[in-house]
Amino acid sequence: MWHKLSFSHGVHPPEHKDQSSGVPIRRMPFPDEIVLPLRQHAGKPARLLVEVGDRVERGDKIAEADGFVSVPIHASAAGEVVGIGWWPHPDGSMAEAVRIKVEKFSPQIPRPRVIPRWEGLDPKDVVAAVQKGGVVGLGGAAFPTHVKLLPPKDVPIEVLLINGAECEPFLTTDHRTMVEYPDRVWFGVRIMMKALGVGRAVVGIENNKPDAIEILSKTKPEDLNAEVQGLYVKYPQGAEKMLIKAVTGREVPSGKLPMHVGAVVQNVGTIACIAEIFETGLPLIERVVTVTGPGVNKPQNLIVPVGAKFKDILAFCGGIKENVTEILSGGPMMGAAQPDLDAPATKGVTGIVVLTEKESRARTVYNCISCGHCLDACPMFLNPSLMGKLAQTAKYQEMTEKANLWDCMLCGACSYVCPSNIPLSQMFGMAKYQLGRLRRKEDAA
Amino acid sequence: MTDKELTLTPEERLLLTASPHLKSPDSTPKIMWNVVGSLVPIVAVAIYFFGPSAILVMAAAMAGALSVEYVFGPKKSLWDGSAAITGILLGLCLPAGFPLWMAFLGGAFGIAFGKLVFGGLGQNPFNPALVGRAFLQAAFPTAITTWPSTAMEWSAWRGPNFAIPLWTGEPSADVVTAATPLGLWKFEGEVTDLFGLMIGNTGGSLGETAGILVLICGGYLAARKYLNWRIPVGIFATVFVFSEILYLINGEAFPPPFFMIFSGGLILGAMYMATDMVTSPVTNKGAWIFAVGIGFLVVLIRVWGGLPEGVMYAILLMNSLVPFIDRATQPKVFGHIPPPKKAEEAKA
Repeated sequence: MWHKLSFSHGVHPPEHKDQSSGVPIRRMPFPDEIVLPLRQHAGKPARLLVEVGDRVERGDKIAEADGFVSVPIHASAAGEVVGIGWWPHPDGSMAEAVRIKVEKFSPQIPRPRVIPRWEGLDPKDVVAAVQKGGVVGLGGAAFPTHVKLLPPKDVPIEVLLINGAECEPFLTTDHRTMVEYPDRVWFGVRIMMKALGVGRAVVGIENNKPDAIEILSKTKPEDLNAEVQGLYVKYPQGAEKMLIKAVTGREVPSGKLPMHVGAVVQNVGTIACIAEIFETGLPLIERVVTVTGPGVNKPQNLIVPVGAKFKDILAFCGGIKENVTEILSGGPMMGAAQPDLDAPATKGVTGIVVLTEKESRARTVYNCISCGHCLDACPMFLNPSLMGKLAQTAKYQEMTEKANLWDCMLCGACSYVCPSNIPLSQMFGMAKYQLGRLRRKEDAA
Repeated sequence: MTDKELTLTPEERLLLTASPHLKSPDSTPKIMWNVVGSLVPIVAVAIYFFGPSAILVMAAAMAGALSVEYVFGPKKSLWDGSAAITGILLGLCLPAGFPLWMAFLGGAFGIAFGKLVFGGLGQNPFNPALVGRAFLQAAFPTAITTWPSTAMEWSAWRGPNFAIPLWTGEPSADVVTAATPLGLWKFEGEVTDLFGLMIGNTGGSLGETAGILVLICGGYLAARKYLNWRIPVGIFATVFVFSEILYLINGEAFPPPFFMIFSGGLILGAMYMATDMVTSPVTNKGAWIFAVGIGFLVVLIRVWGGLPEGVMYAILLMNSLVPFIDRATQPKVFGHIPPPKKAEEAKA
């Protein structure tokens, strides 16, 4: 149980989890207004179903999945649609969104609905129920979950990996979910194993969460061929490819998906969310969000209705301190800084981290001294030093040809270790963005 | 207008930077000053063995390096500590009786032509301290190979420290010179005993003498990951194996391997000059190749070359190969599994 399973390279940023890891999950009251962007998942945005002035109940579908790699979106509170238009998105951009004025005196009881009975269900119907519930990966990437559950026929799946690593500093959503809802996690694992037809499941948890490892091991149902595996604490242990490497020893080939090495990875939160669909019939309309960081007055883990604005969530946590400099959606290694606190917590928001002057201090950038620390940090075995030198002169095309830019997952390990404070990961993000723009332009022409 | 600015709430002055938002406490100046700090005991021992002359020679080399960096370097680059390292290292590989103006010139040359002409910190292909040393070796071959004995009175001057350019005074008569262990072996066939070499009670440059101490100080840096341990380990292993083979072939003509490692500037060079991050390979595999190359060249030059010592040229030669080594040793990217056909070819 306490093996030092891990991947090669990686970094050890300070964990900062104590602020919120002991705080039980509690529910946040409904705010006055909910904003639901149509693009809350990777893939095609959902197709709008409502109009301004419509009255919606909690759990009503307001947008339909548009194609296979897409999921529907449900109202997370009862109320009236008061606006449809562009609204700040927590990834930093603007997105088309539905604004719902929450009805003050509604009991917020979800409309009665059919709870799918999972025992008799065909795996295909399980997957359909998952899509219908609007489930996406709750670990941050928000990839539609049902897509991962439908591997091509010629790709055999051997193992289901449950990602409880939570390697991002500060965040404790998965940790609290595992400690407080272990039965729900195991129920979700059971459904997933059935949907995928796999015989084995492994829950991977970093060793810095001993209580979660203990509780999940204790509550594991006898008849389930599953195990809990402690993982060495290292960033980015929770990255899909790193988790697979740590648990199975297999390397996902470049450009391929985990299913090509016989594995499917699901986040603990996603698993619990799926279990909830089969327990209550409620679609994904709320999620656990860690609100933490040195700049927030009352750090805690909240059940937040999807679409609650950052400012409402922060207000519920006692507001922010005077010396706050940055507010992040997600953890500090990969999270996006928020320019506008009107942005809503979408399905993919794992946490809200509030940083202060101490963390955001500007640092002098020196020349690269070829120390090689970034090469020793990169979990993908890239050469960030070389890529950085190319990026500084905007040779983006060369970065893909000579330095495998597309294998970079922007985990930020290189920037974290660089003694010369070179914004490596930041430049790689820019390179990817510019190349994507170029490609879109070419496609359009 | 100003009133409104004064009443900005924290929400209204949020920063917007790209992730990651955390940064390890390591920084380039911190690494450089740690190197300087780890050199302090070595400097102290040099002063113990070579008296006030040692202080002045090192100070002159340092002054040369720092003044050029200050005048011609980028703004504030003096504080990143890299010029200080160059100065101390150059001082440590000069003899105690070295004329001060030459030491100053060497430090200035090393920084100017070894570093700044390439664009400053991080851009230089050759170790600046060794560039300065190579320049001095070429310009003043006699002065740089006149080694005072460690047995002299502590406060005595170890040579013509105060010589004036273009009017070279004769070395004062009371200076006792001593051949270095390598010179003794090369020209007289005499092997100095190992204990003396380790403790430092032998002739040589300022930092060449106390091998054990240099190993400890370098070990501190390696433990903090401020130098790549593969480079010194690779150099020592190569020198040991290569000279052991030679010693086994002919114990009369070739020196024993431990003598090879502990004599001359090998330990200082392997620990502090070959490991210069800027001028050594960035990949770990490259570091091994680089180290083996240096070890091989050191033995080659010492045994068959015209000079008794070859560490400096060995490192400089391998410095010039670093871009090629780096290109040839790019890490194997995660998930880039070679197609089976290629693997079969490699086997065949």
